Amino acid sequence: MKKRALFMLAILVVAGTFWGALDRIHPFGDPVRAPMDDYYLDNAQQERSVNNVVTAIVFDYRGFDTLGEAAVLFTAVCSVLALFRKGREGR
Amino acid sequence: MNPLSIVVRTICDVFAWFMGIFGVYVIIHGHLTPGGGFQGGAIVATMIAFLLVSHGGKKLLAFARPGFYSTIETTGLLLFICAGFFGITTTFFYNFLAGQGGLFGSVVPSGPNSGVINSAGTISLMNMAVGLEVIGGLSLIILYMFKGIRLFEDAEGSGETGHDR
Repeated sequence: MKKRALFMLAILVVAGTFWGALDRIHPFGDPVRAPMDDYYLDNAQQERSVNNVVTAIVFDYRGFDTLGEAAVLFTAVCSVLALFRKGREGR
Repeated sequence: MNPLSIVVRTICDVFAWFMGIFGVYVIIHGHLTPGGGFQGGAIVATMIAFLLVSHGGKKLLAFARPGFYSTIETTGLLLFICAGFFGITTTFFYNFLAGQGGLFGSVVPSGPNSGVINSAGTISLMNMAVGLEVIGGLSLIILYMFKGIRLFEDAEGSGETGHDR
């Protein structure tokens, strides 16, 4: 019974937090600070000669982040290989 | 995994080509359309899973060598890092090919336009490099996980459990 009361209390706290956040949410489509977005949208086509601004951000302005993503995939492949390789008996 | 029936195998033979072509299309149009290296590579790697389910593991492992995919993956990652390092005279990951003419160097017109395929500089190059890496990596994961399943099944002494034959 005590567990149940605790559970209900947790639900109330989380729901209250979400409700309060929803009540004070910033209007959609009107960001507080947009100079960075405006810079990308205005200059990506001239600076990098690319139509797809998302690709320009992912592979050029934030290319180092993408390098980390590629390294994550490489590490995942290495760990799968280490897990499923055919080992000798007792090793 | 035993092969599925001949109807499924024939249909998969036809559609695997379309999946491969669509994945390569998504990769090489990464700077024009939504998508790019990661997404297109995942589509091409889905082709391997498709063929594994339809044709069974024995036939797939006969022509899909893990060494080949390992080479593709390593080549892609090294090409990506090298494309980042080629622009080191300005900064790391500088787009030194964009707008210079030549390879991927066409200048795109300002404003909405229909897209120039030979543009975007190192962005296209990196899309292809990441595409190669994701094709190799996800295919290797699929192949090695299948090999691992077969390892456990052999250890139990039970043969392969098939679908319909």
